[in-house]
Amino acid sequence: MSELLGIVGAMLSLGTPLVIAATGETVSERAGVLNIGLEGAMLAAAYSGFYTSWQTGNPYLGLLAGCLVGVLVLGATAPLVLHLGADQVVVGTGVNLLCLGVTGTLFVMTFGRAGQLVQVPTVASFGGDMSVNAVMLVAVVLVFVSWRLLFRTDWGRAIRAAGEMPDAARAAGWSVYRLRLQGILISGVTCGLAGAYLSVAQTNSFAENMTAGRGFVVIAAVTFGRWTPFGAAGAALLIAFAYGLQFLIKAYSLPLPYQLFDALPYLIALGVLVGSGRGKAGPAALAIPYKEQR
Amino acid sequence: MRHVAVLLGLLLTLALTLLAFGLPVLESLGHLWEGALGDKFAIHRTLVKACPLMIAGLGMVVAWRGGMFNIGGEGQLLVGASAGAITYQLLHRVEGPGLTALVLAACCAAGAAWAGIAALLYTKRGVNVVISTILLNFVAIQVVSYLVRGPLQTPGEAIPQTTPLPESAMFLRLDPQSSLHTGLFLAPVLAVLIHVWLKLTASGFQLRLVGQNPSAARAARIPVARTQVLALTVSGALCGLAGGVEYVGVSGYLFDGFSPGWGYLSIAVALLGSLEAWGVLLSGLYFGALLAGSRNLEAFGGAPSAFVYAVQGVAVIAFVALQQWSRRRVERAAS
Repeated sequence: MSELLGIVGAMLSLGTPLVIAATGETVSERAGVLNIGLEGAMLAAAYSGFYTSWQTGNPYLGLLAGCLVGVLVLGATAPLVLHLGADQVVVGTGVNLLCLGVTGTLFVMTFGRAGQLVQVPTVASFGGDMSVNAVMLVAVVLVFVSWRLLFRTDWGRAIRAAGEMPDAARAAGWSVYRLRLQGILISGVTCGLAGAYLSVAQTNSFAENMTAGRGFVVIAAVTFGRWTPFGAAGAALLIAFAYGLQFLIKAYSLPLPYQLFDALPYLIALGVLVGSGRGKAGPAALAIPYKEQR
Repeated sequence: MRHVAVLLGLLLTLALTLLAFGLPVLESLGHLWEGALGDKFAIHRTLVKACPLMIAGLGMVVAWRGGMFNIGGEGQLLVGASAGAITYQLLHRVEGPGLTALVLAACCAAGAAWAGIAALLYTKRGVNVVISTILLNFVAIQVVSYLVRGPLQTPGEAIPQTTPLPESAMFLRLDPQSSLHTGLFLAPVLAVLIHVWLKLTASGFQLRLVGQNPSAARAARIPVARTQVLALTVSGALCGLAGGVEYVGVSGYLFDGFSPGWGYLSIAVALLGSLEAWGVLLSGLYFGALLAGSRNLEAFGGAPSAFVYAVQGVAVIAFVALQQWSRRRVERAAS
């Protein structure tokens, strides 16, 4: 029984960062901005969270630093994708390369090749074998809050208009640039918290490229979740379940190649994308630059 | 003039990135230069590193010109190399150039098939190519990991790697003391072919039109979906070939970490080569030199090779920013 609770706890822990990042990315995509740089921003946040926690001995400051860096990284792309109308995929690819290079270089320069062994203080957990922590509760709150904001407020209606029909949002007196900037920054906070959670709360350490595609998995989850916070959170938990199966297979040494289970989260993410099919293909103006007349 | 500006810009980004990491700029540039162009062996190293970058970079040009944002070069390259290793395992009676040709053909086919999955998911189910190609990268890494520890692992060998190809099936060495190989000549030949295809044939024109404006292409009765599938599979074939050239030209066997991220780097190579075939040759050489030089820098200067990714990221972002800024300025002047 306690083993089962442990596995459930592990899955919740694996799902937490995915759910958190998915809520913010849902808002951003609703506003019309696809953050391909999510992966890089998460990685940068993971490193800064790790570093801050190591320096200060306070994991919560680490999480805060992660949020800050997430906002900085994605916020830095805003002038490019909003004002200059640069292609969001190209900018995001640049961000991902940059963050991979910067974190890898800083990590080795600061901690040396043996840096993988550095352990940092982690967040407190309670609930016995389930080992629930405060960030998991934050994740649940974020899902409800972002749903309420998106679907029950004027601001949320404006955000959705910015991603669906930006001219209408503009005609109603909203600045599409500002709405999309808000979307980007919100996604920055959540993916920053998610990235820092990976290093500070999940592994208590850092490794080069430790996000290993989680940013892209989050984007897949947002798509499968039909751009709603609850849908995205559900999809994120489903993929987290696949991440969790890896531990199961290793714990019970089943006669299957473990690589199959390492590949499973990505295969499931692909599967959910196929499953979401054509239907309504998301915000109509997603990833399309908007030129605001002044 | 424009090329001089790009080159100066690339050097500036390199210097600024070094500065940002608190490394001594001139000294580090010296280490990079020595490792990349310092002597004959350094130049050979640069050319060898540039080879997969150029070939995969050409693949990126085809896909991106066709409007298919292929980020999955890494996976296509790894699956390509895996298919090469499988072919050798199955056909070990064949020898010499015949084996080389079969191995390379398998690499192309596997790369094309891997990219073809993403192409079909896009045209049949509307799955975003960026996301699907990236997810397939992570699957491909596990495929290699399984193969080198399972069916392809050399019997009686503790290290997870495949049996090396016989010397007769490898590309010829141009210099017995370095790993410079005849596969190098493939890149310029392919560049000419891609250039002619994209710029001088009807099918290349259709591909570019589909990339620029799918609805206009549809109105002109161009089979859009088929063209998109073509762009992505040819791109995958070239990325698979890049893996094959490295397999047949340099290592001769497959192992974990076979690719130091060539698939990702090739995206930057293609973008900085302005999505032109000849531009890819130039930027491929530049980043090949950077990769070769960074090993020297790592040995003497203390910056790990991950540093190359940072330079590439800065270069891509600066490039797209400048491009958009000048485009907007032209638009403003026109209106």
